[in-house]
Amino acid sequence: MNNDPTIPRVAVVDYGSGNIESVLRAFRRLKADTELATRPRDLASASHIVLPGVGFFDKAIARLEATGLADALRERAEAGAVPLLGICLGFQLLFQHSAEGDAAGLGILDGTCHRFDFSDEGTSRKIPHMGWNEVAAEPGVQLLADIEPGTCFYFAHSYYVNCVDATVARGTTSYGDTFTSIVERGNLFGTQFHPEKSHESGQILLRRFLAAGSTR
Amino acid sequence: MNKVRVIPVLLLRDWGIEKSIRFRDHVYVGSPINAARVFNAANVDELFLLDIAATPANRGPKLEVVEQIADETRMPFTVGGGIRSLDTIRDLLRAGADRVSINSYALEDPAFIHRAAEEFGSQCIVVSMDVRQGRWGKTQVCSQGGRKKSGRDPVAWAQEAVKQGAGELLVNAIDRDGTMDGYDIEMTRAVADAVPIPVIACGGAGSVEHMRAVVDDGHASAVAAGAFFLFYGARRTVLISYPEDEALMAAFGPERIRRKDARIRPPERGQGT
Repeated sequence: MNNDPTIPRVAVVDYGSGNIESVLRAFRRLKADTELATRPRDLASASHIVLPGVGFFDKAIARLEATGLADALRERAEAGAVPLLGICLGFQLLFQHSAEGDAAGLGILDGTCHRFDFSDEGTSRKIPHMGWNEVAAEPGVQLLADIEPGTCFYFAHSYYVNCVDATVARGTTSYGDTFTSIVERGNLFGTQFHPEKSHESGQILLRRFLAAGSTR
Repeated sequence: MNKVRVIPVLLLRDWGIEKSIRFRDHVYVGSPINAARVFNAANVDELFLLDIAATPANRGPKLEVVEQIADETRMPFTVGGGIRSLDTIRDLLRAGADRVSINSYALEDPAFIHRAAEEFGSQCIVVSMDVRQGRWGKTQVCSQGGRKKSGRDPVAWAQEAVKQGAGELLVNAIDRDGTMDGYDIEMTRAVADAVPIPVIACGGAGSVEHMRAVVDDGHASAVAAGAFFLFYGARRTVLISYPEDEALMAAFGPERIRRKDARIRPPERGQGT
């Protein structure tokens, strides 16, 4: 990638799960350099790492383990120097376990993923949770610093995260139940929603992510 | 609270957008890229692009158009038209589509829905159905742009699509298409009540009140419209119209509609950037 230290070098993890084009486009619009990361060495010179994803938890984690990316991501998260953002499935993968596929995740954050169950409501509440919804966040969330409370983002998921660490779970969203929709811990970030598909609000959030890890 | 989505549908034939009336009379209304740009600037919830020339030409949607529209849009973008293979879906997602819509081919080979959902995830797969009210009351799903009857009942087909792994359904009432007389509320409700996945109503929107009615009474999760958002202007210009938040909120109530302006908080005093 480039040698200009002011231009972010965003490594987007490509583990074959779903559309990453929207994520790449979003960062290019923000004038960042982007690179697909399919092996651990692709993360070496990244200034920021994004773990995107739409698809299946068990297939995704199996692919990440097989390529060595899982361990590389765990190390980076542990070291805490490089900002890392998990989006949707990528956000869920940060946790310990998902009921989807009964698989262990990266285990970087404490929590589990469960499927929505609205069977007691008949067919009136639909799965997946698809569309725009609000994030109720406490003050001081870095990614939301430039965004007014109550702003909507785009969600598309059938599984939700129950994050048990209150210092990390920074915002929730209501869809039947209330679930964790945004997490932050140092340079580690995660959103259940898709900022790359959330118009200008999402763009602003991604700009805040790019600002993380550098002098502000 | 989850918001009601209000979704423009662009019907693409070759390079130009068209409006249709009852799937028959097509009128050219302009460039799809420009339309997408305008809808993106209006911050619409989502966008559908249906390449209606694709199935008759035995091809998938035009990738160049998909790429150019993906470059212009920052909201979910679903593409349909003549999709018959996993490779086509892969190409479309790589070109920038977020989701794909399968219609005619799903009726020919319902297991294709399953294969697509297995490969790309259910969230990526929308099954669209065009429904016609028969003259003697038999409502059935049609394919090939409404030209071919399938003999299938829409509710039964919807349930089959769910079983195969569809993530969402788009239900299009052929007889209402382009009329702006209102959605087919009964048919939409029959389908929506029968399935646990979201249903997008399409066909017949002429007012924001029609949209409210098909959500409240038809149990649709989202509303789509073509003719209602696209006007045939002078000298073949396309005039795009999308309801203001105030109009939508007046009909639906403020909690159910997303505010389109990015609500940007000004930096607080003393905070650096």
